[in-house]
Amino acid sequence: MSTAAETFATEPPAWPALSKGRVGMTCLIIAESTIFTIFVVAYLYYLGKSLSGPMPRQVLELPILNSICLLSSSATITLAGRALRKGNVSRFGFWWLATIVLGGYFLFGTAVEWRHLIYEKGLTIQTDLFGTTFYSLVGLHAFHVIVGLIALLIVMGLTWIGAVKREHAERVEVLALYWHFVDVVWIIVFTVVYIIGR
Amino acid sequence: MKSRIEQRKISASTCVTRPRWRIWLLTFILFPLSLSTALSADPSLVPNIFIPESTPAHSINHVSLLVLAITGGIFAVVFSLIAYVTIRFRRRPDDNGTEPPQVYGSNPVETAWTTVPLLIVVVLVLSTARAIHEVQDAPMPPSAVDVQVVGHQWWWEIRYPKLGIVTANELHVPVSDPQKRMPTFIELRSADVVHSFWVPRLAGKTDLIPNRVNNMWIEPMRTGLFLGQCAKYCGTEHAKMLLRVYVHTPEDFDHWVKAQQALAAGDPVVAAGRLVFERTACINCHSLGKTVGDGRFGPDLTHLMSRDTIAAGAAENSPENLRAWIKNPNQFKPGALMPAMNLTDAELDRLVDYLVTLQ
Amino acid sequence: MALLKTDSDSKTVLDHLHDWVVTVDHKKLGLMYIMYGLLFFVVGGVEASLMRIQLAVPNNHFLPPQVFNELFTLHGTTMVFLVGMPLIFGFANYLVPLMIGARDLAFPRLNAFGFWLSVFGGLLLYFSLIGGMGLSGAGSAPDVGWFAYAPLTARAFSRGHSTDYWTLGVLVGGFGSIVTAANIVTTILCLRCPGMTLSKMPLLAWLNLVMCGMVLIAIGPLTAAQIMLLLDRFLGAHFFDTQAGGSAVLWQHFFWIFGHPEVYILIIPGFAFVSEIIPVFSRKAIFGYPVMVAATMAIAFVSLGVWAHHMFTIGMSATSNTFFAVSTMLVGVPTGIKIFNWIGTMWGGKIRFDTPMLFCLGFLFQFLIAGLTGIMLAVVPFDWQLNDSYFVVAHFHFVLVGGLVFTIFGAIYYWFPKATGRMLSERLGKWHFWLFLIGFHVTFDTMHIPGMLGMPRRIYTYEAGRGWGTLNMICTLGVVFQATGIMFFVGNILWSLFKGRRAGNDPWDAWTLEWTTTSPPPEYNFAELPVVRSRRPLWDLKHPTDPDWKYE
Repeated sequence: MSTAAETFATEPPAWPALSKGRVGMTCLIIAESTIFTIFVVAYLYYLGKSLSGPMPRQVLELPILNSICLLSSSATITLAGRALRKGNVSRFGFWWLATIVLGGYFLFGTAVEWRHLIYEKGLTIQTDLFGTTFYSLVGLHAFHVIVGLIALLIVMGLTWIGAVKREHAERVEVLALYWHFVDVVWIIVFTVVYIIGR
Repeated sequence: MKSRIEQRKISASTCVTRPRWRIWLLTFILFPLSLSTALSADPSLVPNIFIPESTPAHSINHVSLLVLAITGGIFAVVFSLIAYVTIRFRRRPDDNGTEPPQVYGSNPVETAWTTVPLLIVVVLVLSTARAIHEVQDAPMPPSAVDVQVVGHQWWWEIRYPKLGIVTANELHVPVSDPQKRMPTFIELRSADVVHSFWVPRLAGKTDLIPNRVNNMWIEPMRTGLFLGQCAKYCGTEHAKMLLRVYVHTPEDFDHWVKAQQALAAGDPVVAAGRLVFERTACINCHSLGKTVGDGRFGPDLTHLMSRDTIAAGAAENSPENLRAWIKNPNQFKPGALMPAMNLTDAELDRLVDYLVTLQ
Repeated sequence: MALLKTDSDSKTVLDHLHDWVVTVDHKKLGLMYIMYGLLFFVVGGVEASLMRIQLAVPNNHFLPPQVFNELFTLHGTTMVFLVGMPLIFGFANYLVPLMIGARDLAFPRLNAFGFWLSVFGGLLLYFSLIGGMGLSGAGSAPDVGWFAYAPLTARAFSRGHSTDYWTLGVLVGGFGSIVTAANIVTTILCLRCPGMTLSKMPLLAWLNLVMCGMVLIAIGPLTAAQIMLLLDRFLGAHFFDTQAGGSAVLWQHFFWIFGHPEVYILIIPGFAFVSEIIPVFSRKAIFGYPVMVAATMAIAFVSLGVWAHHMFTIGMSATSNTFFAVSTMLVGVPTGIKIFNWIGTMWGGKIRFDTPMLFCLGFLFQFLIAGLTGIMLAVVPFDWQLNDSYFVVAHFHFVLVGGLVFTIFGAIYYWFPKATGRMLSERLGKWHFWLFLIGFHVTFDTMHIPGMLGMPRRIYTYEAGRGWGTLNMICTLGVVFQATGIMFFVGNILWSLFKGRRAGNDPWDAWTLEWTTTSPPPEYNFAELPVVRSRRPLWDLKHPTDPDWKYE
């Protein structure tokens, strides 16, 4: 289906300073932030209120390596974006792949942590308020990482078949905005769960 | 040529009723009539928030009248403005079609109609804060009666911990006096979902929330019966979770307390009925005096017949209703959590004969 | 039908239907949103009528309690999520691009996606009526009230799947709202025509910008709370499980952090319509444009901080109660300023009383009352009596029916000619207006009184001895007038689609960009994108010696 906008695509935008993609993604990020805020509020509210079950201090270990991987993936995705702006598609592909690998490792590390918590420490979402708030908050974040990774993988696929070019730099940067958001949320979740909450 | 007034006088005196007169007459009769049928209910029972009969209700009433006066004034002013503008600046039939002078705004006017509302807000906030403090922060005097109310799906458990009394749905309190104050302080809890305790003439409502203790107080200044009901949707039979507050003179209250404190012995003649109670599932939900029943899911039945209603006001407390209720609670309160007990007619008769002895 | 005429005559009905189903054109999507909203308006109205019949006399047996409880839950949920939200997004969708001189929304395909998500959510909610056996065999429709307080919604107290239909239906609709709001914000910020700075946008664009910003902030808390509820019900989580130390009050906080901004989200587009219609029918520019923008932003900002005025009875501290009383009263100030500015617009004008203007006048009167009863409810001790009583029901129906619905009717009469090329009948319009106005007041003016006489909300029946019987009967009688008015409305639309007077580009002699193009507009909206110099580009064209940009 062709849109009216596509038919008239040659008309220059009247307000070039604001890119549609960035504004739209920012709106989405605002909405998502409010969802995360409520889960964080619930986490903080229920701190110390569990009636039973293991305490955070007893079962939580700082996921340092995971966090380093995820946060450096923000750096790699920025480098990827810059490479594409310059038109260097192969370098873009390299940094993009690095981002996916680092994000993937984060998810893997989270899965390992959860397996340890569930089978060795006996903490599930049903156990008590700590279990409920922990798995839902960290899980919500992990879900957003998964969605981001799927998008990154699609772009990776498109790169391999040669469909990604210099003119797509803006769109790639909009996706990178989402990825940065996921990282910032991780900083907050890390602070709330592993530092304040322990 | 008779004037119009004279013509009307003649018609009225010769009883020629014009339709227009009939309409006006009916309007002036019909309206008061309908109001009076609204109040043909015993007016002392209508839970009118503007007839407060207890100290916290009075505090609320004072601030309510103030805000009604202020908002009434605002309404009068703004409505007059709207009416004036609509009439004065309507397009006339002989309009020449030109556009009126375009005025885009006016800073002084905007400032004026920002400042005045802000001042009104200040006045309202101060009165509100004072009334909140008067009601919420009232200290409990040592002579106060101490009551605990636990909300259940769809009945009220009422306990007097210091007096050792457990009853249901009907709260008995002593009347208070400005010289000799005897308010009742109530702790509110819930056994299941959120409920709300509302007896309009005695106080504002306060919620009963599981895993939380709320507090309220009443201080009735007149003896009599006050009606209320649950005011927070709590499931199927929320509508039939009614409240009755009986305010007694101090002497009558003492009598009531003593009667409640006595354990119901039950008439030995109706021991057969007592056996039905003790051998059926009744005991799982209901406590009853010296029997083995100690359940708390349903109301305590020790002094069942001291109450005017059953099923939290859903029916009058009479042997016939009692029998019908036990046979099939859904008749009175569809969805009630008490199951039909599937007793035979003979068992039902014996049981009811026993229950009606529980004063 | 004028709506469906195309150049090629070889299109079958199926082809037309296909066009509508796959469209990404903001005008078609806007009209579909509106039709969807109006359809559910009738459904919600039927639900209300059934409840009013049950409540007309004490101890009535017209409806069993389970059915009544499902009806008030569905009525509230429908009116807010399947009528209010679709209608405001429908109008925003249709009007915003036309009024800012754009060809479509920023993301047309996302627009279609958001629409169909909303439709799916609504259908999922109503599927509950037939979807399975509830506890009492009365179908599985949700019966927990439109705000679904915990722990009534826990597995323990809401068996079966009725609550899940509510949660999922609204959750999905919420996603639709978020993406559409993001779309509209992007459109307004990025796609304005040359010359249209933000301060030259029509007020409708500003107000929809603010409304969509609020959607982005307010829907998230509801989504989060619903995810938590689903986790509780399906995975055994304990967010609202009071047995495990969870908090019933937490649900209330989360819900109302959404719920209060939501009602401002609903009414602000109503303000937008009034801000466009009153100037045209008074023949004057809107009074105090910058103040109107500032007041709307103040309302948006303050409304994020008033939510606990729905919770004055839960036993918060005196400090908290006072705080929320202050914020609630404060939000009334910018709202009052807007009312004064509309009056100021009419002042010195030459007012024409066509149907759109009649509905706006009704709105002014009714919204004034609604605002004042709101101030009464903000006085915490008064609220301790009035909360969860029929006084509150009367208050919010004044806001949403007397306010929003009236402005929507006004907007339909105003922009129907633009969308279809035909005028709605003025005669039928006036019948619609007066019947609905009378019915509205008979029902909802009276309804304040039972509340003040102690009648709580959400009760399927009531005792005879409380003095509520006659008053409830009067409220029920008003429904007859409202329903008749709606029948005139539907009849008007159907008749006018075929026989209405041809409208031309600019039947009302108005001043904003949508009236510069044909009625209905072509798919691309404008042959050439307009270049504007003031807030009323058409006024400038019609008054070349006296253009707005000389005075703004």
